Amino acid sequence: MSNSELWRGRALGLLALLVMVAPLSLLISVFGEGLQSLSWSFLIDEPLQAGRAGGIGPIILSTALVLLICMSLALPLGLGAALFLAQEVRPDSRLNLLLQWALDGLGAVPSVVFGLFGYRVFVVEFGWGYSLLAGGCTLACMILPLFIRGTEQALRDCPNSYNQAAAGLAISRFGYLRRILLPVAAPGIAGALVLSAGRALAETAVLLFTAGYVMRWPESVFDSGRTLAVHIYDLAMNVSGGGPSSSATALVLLSFAMAIQLLAWRIGKKTFSRETKK
Amino acid sequence: MSLNTTSSLQPSADRLLRSASLLCALIAASLLLWILLFLTQASWPLLQKPAGLMSANWHPSSGEFGLQAMLGASLLSSLLALLLAVPAGLLVSLWMIFYAPAYLARPYSAMIGLMASIPSVVYGLWGLVVLVPLLNQWVPPGASVLAAGLVLALMILPLLVVQADTTLRVAANRHLAPALSLGVSQWSVIRRVLIPASWPRLWPSILLQLGRALGETMAVMMVAGNVVQWPMTPFEPVRTLTANIALEMSYATGSHLEALYVSGLLLLILALLLMGLARIYGSRT
Repeated sequence: MSNSELWRGRALGLLALLVMVAPLSLLISVFGEGLQSLSWSFLIDEPLQAGRAGGIGPIILSTALVLLICMSLALPLGLGAALFLAQEVRPDSRLNLLLQWALDGLGAVPSVVFGLFGYRVFVVEFGWGYSLLAGGCTLACMILPLFIRGTEQALRDCPNSYNQAAAGLAISRFGYLRRILLPVAAPGIAGALVLSAGRALAETAVLLFTAGYVMRWPESVFDSGRTLAVHIYDLAMNVSGGGPSSSATALVLLSFAMAIQLLAWRIGKKTFSRETKK
Repeated sequence: MSLNTTSSLQPSADRLLRSASLLCALIAASLLLWILLFLTQASWPLLQKPAGLMSANWHPSSGEFGLQAMLGASLLSSLLALLLAVPAGLLVSLWMIFYAPAYLARPYSAMIGLMASIPSVVYGLWGLVVLVPLLNQWVPPGASVLAAGLVLALMILPLLVVQADTTLRVAANRHLAPALSLGVSQWSVIRRVLIPASWPRLWPSILLQLGRALGETMAVMMVAGNVVQWPMTPFEPVRTLTANIALEMSYATGSHLEALYVSGLLLLILALLLMGLARIYGSRT
């Protein structure tokens, strides 16, 4: 390697290091300040004084409920849509082109627009008010394109020879789907599901207008409840003296988000290693 | 596996499967149409009135709903983010592919992946607690277009790096060895061959990231200062369209609410235009 190449490498390395300064400072500040107020009781107690004291128990529960509603809607709908795209529709048909455009368009919609839509439809028209149910439904609409894309890819990764062999054995489409395709594609589908859950967990703007701000223990899905992300925003922007609790909540959210990311990686690696072994 | 359950003598299950999956696909795809429809319906009354939507004055209490300054703020902060993130992302991915030793490149790309998983509200919190006070020491007030651009740049960087990494590796596999064997230096190959060759694939992903930056709400709202104005310098506070919706949605009624829906519709149309451009550009290569 020539001398100038060496210096170029060093200059680029320096830039790469500089780029990492901000995220490292983020991790240090969130972990440094968050760990001070994090304790076991913080995770299970009710928040007091608008969140300045107490814990985030109800908020973790609300987050879990919203995610549960969101994923249980998105999973069947998204799986069905992905099956149609990967298995049923002819790739060169107009219907396929239309569906692909519509899904890409849906994926490009800003989250705050989903919030406006969810407010108008679920909160006002359906009369659910600010509720966990309205929040979960809106989030499901938001993550649907991401989940469909991931699942479609997982289904397409199943070798075509399996399909041909199944057809040769006169196995019905439904039998092929149930006994061969879904088991083979399951890890990829799980990966897509986990990634979509991560996206839903991180979302704030959508839930501000659909699930609301209430921080009591939710008693039913029609209760309003705030998620972790909303809690962080509210404490940081609207509550003076909410800084420490906000950082601790951010630490909890960040840990969940990173755990989800690691899980998605592990699932991805597993499917990959199985394919290379073949 | 019993023959009964999997034989083709059960076409009814197959037909059910086909229609059920078609229904799912249609529901998912029609969501976009519903969103367009509901947003248009909700903003229609205001769109018919001469409400001065393109003026720069946003005074909802006196019936002035000008979106111009906020649209400008959205565009400026997003373009600033692209200006910072695109060159940085490209150079960083070049470093990872051609210069970094493996023991550095691997943890670095893992770190980039972790950056992508950080929720936007956490970026916003960091901006509020660390970045804004820092900028405030340099040029007050700190909360500004610059802060918004920096935070947005951080948020779109990981995906840009991943995209650039994939495309540059493909281009390198194809062109690097032949070009080097002609006696061209590695840097010239990168500059004259690899970057031009991968540009058509990078361009659509840059457009998509611009769309993401335009639509980002929380992080921008927490660091931009939220004053409705055209900024004269990068250090002045602004309010973006998205932040405006999130800030005023909780108490807006009547024409004010309609104006927020108009800004949502505007954002949606912008995002769809960018997506369409990216798709058209992407399909030509």
